[in-house]
Amino acid sequence: MNSWLIRNARDLQGKNIELMISNGKVVDKADFVQPYSELDAQGLTVMPGFVDLHTHLREPGREDAETVLTASQAAVAGGYTALSAMPNTLPVADTAGVVEQVYRLGQSHGICDVFPIGAVTVGQSGEQLAELVAMNQSEARVRIFSDDGHCVADPLVMRRALEYVKLFDGVIAQHAQDPRLTENAQMNEGEVSARLGLKGWPAVAEEAIIARDILLAEHVDSRLHICHLTTAGGVELVRQAKLRGVKVTAEVTPHHLLLTDELAATYDATYKVNPPLRTESDVQALRRGLADGTIDIVATDHAPHPQEAKDCEWNAAAFGMIGLETAFSICYLSMVKSGLMSVAELSLRMSSTPAKLARYSDHGELAVGRSANIVLVDLDKSWKVNAETLKSKSKNTPYNGMELPAVVEKTFHNGVLVYDRMNQGQEGV
Amino acid sequence: MRDLLSINDLSKDDALEILDTAVQLAALSDSSNRKFPTLRGRTVVNLFFEDSTRTRISFEAAAKRLSADVINFSAKGSSVSKGESLKDTALTLQAMGADAVIIRHGASGAPAQLARKRWIDGAVINAGDGTHEHPTQALLDAFTIRRHLMQDKGDLAGLKIAIVGDVLHSRVARSNVLLLQKLGAKVFLVAPPTLLPVGVEHWGAQINFSIDEVISECDAVMMLRVQKERMEDLFFPSEREYARNFGLNAARIAAMKGSAIVMHPGPMNRGLEITAEGADSKKSVIVEQVANGVSVRMAVLYLLIGGATSRDLTAQIGEH
Ligand SMILES: [Zn+2]
Repeated sequence: MNSWLIRNARDLQGKNIELMISNGKVVDKADFVQPYSELDAQGLTVMPGFVDLHTHLREPGREDAETVLTASQAAVAGGYTALSAMPNTLPVADTAGVVEQVYRLGQSHGICDVFPIGAVTVGQSGEQLAELVAMNQSEARVRIFSDDGHCVADPLVMRRALEYVKLFDGVIAQHAQDPRLTENAQMNEGEVSARLGLKGWPAVAEEAIIARDILLAEHVDSRLHICHLTTAGGVELVRQAKLRGVKVTAEVTPHHLLLTDELAATYDATYKVNPPLRTESDVQALRRGLADGTIDIVATDHAPHPQEAKDCEWNAAAFGMIGLETAFSICYLSMVKSGLMSVAELSLRMSSTPAKLARYSDHGELAVGRSANIVLVDLDKSWKVNAETLKSKSKNTPYNGMELPAVVEKTFHNGVLVYDRMNQGQEGV
Repeated sequence: MRDLLSINDLSKDDALEILDTAVQLAALSDSSNRKFPTLRGRTVVNLFFEDSTRTRISFEAAAKRLSADVINFSAKGSSVSKGESLKDTALTLQAMGADAVIIRHGASGAPAQLARKRWIDGAVINAGDGTHEHPTQALLDAFTIRRHLMQDKGDLAGLKIAIVGDVLHSRVARSNVLLLQKLGAKVFLVAPPTLLPVGVEHWGAQINFSIDEVISECDAVMMLRVQKERMEDLFFPSEREYARNFGLNAARIAAMKGSAIVMHPGPMNRGLEITAEGADSKKSVIVEQVANGVSVRMAVLYLLIGGATSRDLTAQIGEH
């Protein structure tokens, strides 16, 4: 395996540093193995690779939209070195067999780590618990369980799941959406949905589940993670729960930090996503929540769809947008450029905190002796998004044509240069 | 103006020009049944993804009176639910060289998508999309109101108009709120709170939960169709309770001003939102609305794809 000497990089405190990589780890002089490749990182900021806890890789079952391979390529192009594969595949990842299949696919490609998330219930039908311990004890070592795409709506099923995962320090990641309040819902319910005649997806449908699940998690003293928080009210619920000491964590997607429901007025289904884009005041509340730590992490909810699933009537279109390759730029724009947080704080939310939350011990820290999962970004450059040149197999990005700040230049996974913008190639793949 | 997707596409002057043109066309149509040559050689496609015989026939009659070639394209029952057919159908129509596509679709925004993605070059006219808008219905309603209450002239300033019923699911209500207010009328929305959209307070109309509070001061009362299935979705407890509180019956007709009119975009649910006495009363202009629809749709086609203004009309017709 190659050694690397990275010179002239800036760390998150702005200090000039030199990094040595050998045998997949960041090392000091004593363990540095010759020969080595040298990289002049003048002008680049180095940080631990990003860790996504919410990715739809579509394999198995929808390989026309994305595969573990193409999602991994998109991931490292966005600076991610670890993905968490949501279980809403075909078949659903609700058994040890399926989660191991996804895990091994990720390992065999060797581009980044792919950690499967297991389904909470069999077939994500919300009725019967899946064999969570079997998935945990499998090679994939699953600790996060979610029926994402669906809400674990039945309060008893949710309670049992929260209790059961205490067996192995697991966590339930809830897609908070009351199904009855959102039947056939199309977009945020409010002024814009009233005008457009699109059926509303009210904030209360999200907040009611968050409130209930916080109370359940408190009652059984278990770990709850709220997926893709989108409303000001939800942020407040999580804030109050944390003050009480409830073991609740929360994530926000890059798109909910930037985009609003006004975009639906184009009837362009690129902007159709679940949970939906909300209002400007929700966006501001989410940003404040991420800045003050109420929201622990950024997660992409990268959701690839083929063109025909979007090039149609809004009602008929699929929910979701891709986000791995734009996530850092969107967060940098929303959070750092806006003066709400430093790059170092953003790095915590995108890397070290999600790694700790998911117990991904090889990620989230840049230190001697740790795995060399590293990203180098140019914070002073900008780039123009071109959907056609993105690595993801699907092109449903809401940012096509936008000029975005911060460019991911190079990504190392376990010491291997897996993405180099200058060469657009992947070594060791 | 290239397309008519929403009343928001029209300025007040645009709307008045359409109404004035419709007045002229209606007068000329009344005096003789002849066709106008304006759209000779032009192709107008009626693209109906949803059954609506009356709207389709109205547009067809309007286009034919302007000498356009009309193609009726009924896409109902195709794979709309899969969402594939809109684009494919549009590309087919494009190949046929349609100058205008009149589209009726169950999905809000489908006409806007046709127009914005430019799958076709011709003008796109929204003939009702989902629960979004139905601009030509609002134009014909405004025409009818203006005919009865303003002698076919000017705007609707000073008039009070109530729109009663299922505002939440009504494209007719959305277009009418926009247009009637644009023309200076005061609009009341009367409905149970369950049938008003969250966000309706931004529409500029006055909200009332009681028809009896407003009916005596209104110059026009527009009753909206209430689908019986709404009851199953818990929007109201029973037909009887709905009819009692929001239906237009003889007592309410009697409370109206002498000059006031009763309107309904059709088809009516007699006994639910309107009783037979309401529908057939002397105040009812419901049958007339249908005839006015043809004149207004002629005016829209004339101005949108005839490349003309209302001032050209008298001169052009004079030549033939
Ligand atoms: Zn979700």
